[in-house]
Amino acid sequence: MLGNGVRQNITGYLVVLSGLFMLADLYLIFVVAPTDAVLGHVQRVFYFHVPIAIMSFLAFFLVFLASIAYVVRRDGKWDRLAHSCAEVGVVFVTVALLTGIIWGRPLWNTWWTWEPRLTTTLILWLIYVSYLMIRSYASNQQQAARYSAVVGIVGFVDVPIVYYSVVWWRSIHPSPVVGPFAQANALEPIMLWILLFSMVTFLILFTYLVVERTALRNSEDRLLGIRLVARRAGR
Amino acid sequence: MMQLLRPVLILVRKDILLEWRSRDLVVSMLVFSLLIVVVFNFALNVTPQQVTVLAPGIIWVTFAFAATLAMNRSFVREMEQGGLAGLLLSPVSRDAIFLGKALGSFLFMLLVEAALLPVFGALLNFPVLSFTLVLTIVMATLGFALVGTLFSAIAVQTRSREIMLPVLFFPVILPVIIAAVEASSASIGSEPGVGLNRWLPLLAIFDALFLVICPWVFAVVVEE
Repeated sequence: MLGNGVRQNITGYLVVLSGLFMLADLYLIFVVAPTDAVLGHVQRVFYFHVPIAIMSFLAFFLVFLASIAYVVRRDGKWDRLAHSCAEVGVVFVTVALLTGIIWGRPLWNTWWTWEPRLTTTLILWLIYVSYLMIRSYASNQQQAARYSAVVGIVGFVDVPIVYYSVVWWRSIHPSPVVGPFAQANALEPIMLWILLFSMVTFLILFTYLVVERTALRNSEDRLLGIRLVARRAGR
Repeated sequence: MMQLLRPVLILVRKDILLEWRSRDLVVSMLVFSLLIVVVFNFALNVTPQQVTVLAPGIIWVTFAFAATLAMNRSFVREMEQGGLAGLLLSPVSRDAIFLGKALGSFLFMLLVEAALLPVFGALLNFPVLSFTLVLTIVMATLGFALVGTLFSAIAVQTRSREIMLPVLFFPVILPVIIAAVEASSASIGSEPGVGLNRWLPLLAIFDALFLVICPWVFAVVVEE
């Protein structure tokens, strides 16, 4: 792919850029954004929660695409991309679940509810944790790449079915809480702008993490290759 | 068509013959399932008033656990004495191998479920002879067999395969369990007929989708 020097440049720019955006984002969230009239300060977690959740969905969509590309092309770079996106995605979806729990407590007066979006996110978390598990339990690199590509494809195809089954399940077992976007039209314009800015911030952070992780995977693979050669040479 | 069908049937015949001679899989699934029902009875303290509410859940947790038992064995048998390598070397398409293994597991599971259903009906006290219940069981079991066979082929090659199979299997199979529980409670439970027009199509879509995807990705799993 890219030359080493160019890639290091890109990573350098991305880390500076995401740092600057994150500082600006924090300023906007804690100083500029108005305090929510009903929920108070805890509502500010919303500016982190929503972009992180969306980025984790993006990550798993990329895992799906890269897995298909790997199955069709058998090029190791797609496997490296899928692996990096899955790892970053699992971190993001974990943070999304935790911030969701923090936000859900004052909003719904409960830590957890089996609402379709929450349940689907939890199932996503489980599927991609099993994706990472199968990678570490496989007996070699090629096997790990093939098996995880299969899980990446099957798991993602399953997500819409999970979502709709939980939507219908909820329509049979109603519960008094409302969905997180039931009050979306109550969002003030300034809040919406800050949310969009936050989205851009996390997109940059996500891109940086994936690029960095892919570079790390490249180094790992190269080191593995060198070790194999060294072992064959009888050292 | 015959070219695909013949190896599938030969493979199923081989698995049935193997099971007929040993009988270890079906017997262990039956005993295990009965044990789960006994455990549930005490864990949930099932009384005659709640039984129609709880029965669908108990049935499907039992069937899903029994399914993982069957799936765990499915490819372990092939691994012993290099059976899988022989299968892959034979001039048969990978689709046929997948469908043969899945069909075999599907039949074993159906057999066990058919034997368990009257027992459940007697123990939990609900009417067994319901067309929609039987249809639900057949469709959900097909979903179990398709996804389970694929993940069994993966898990058997990894370290700690007994753990990997359920970890891969349950998140993906969750919509089938939801749909099966709801369709069963619509058939036998406290809310007769509610939502069947949703859950049965959902099961059909799941089966159709994975009937297409699983043979395709199975070829990726078994190549060496």
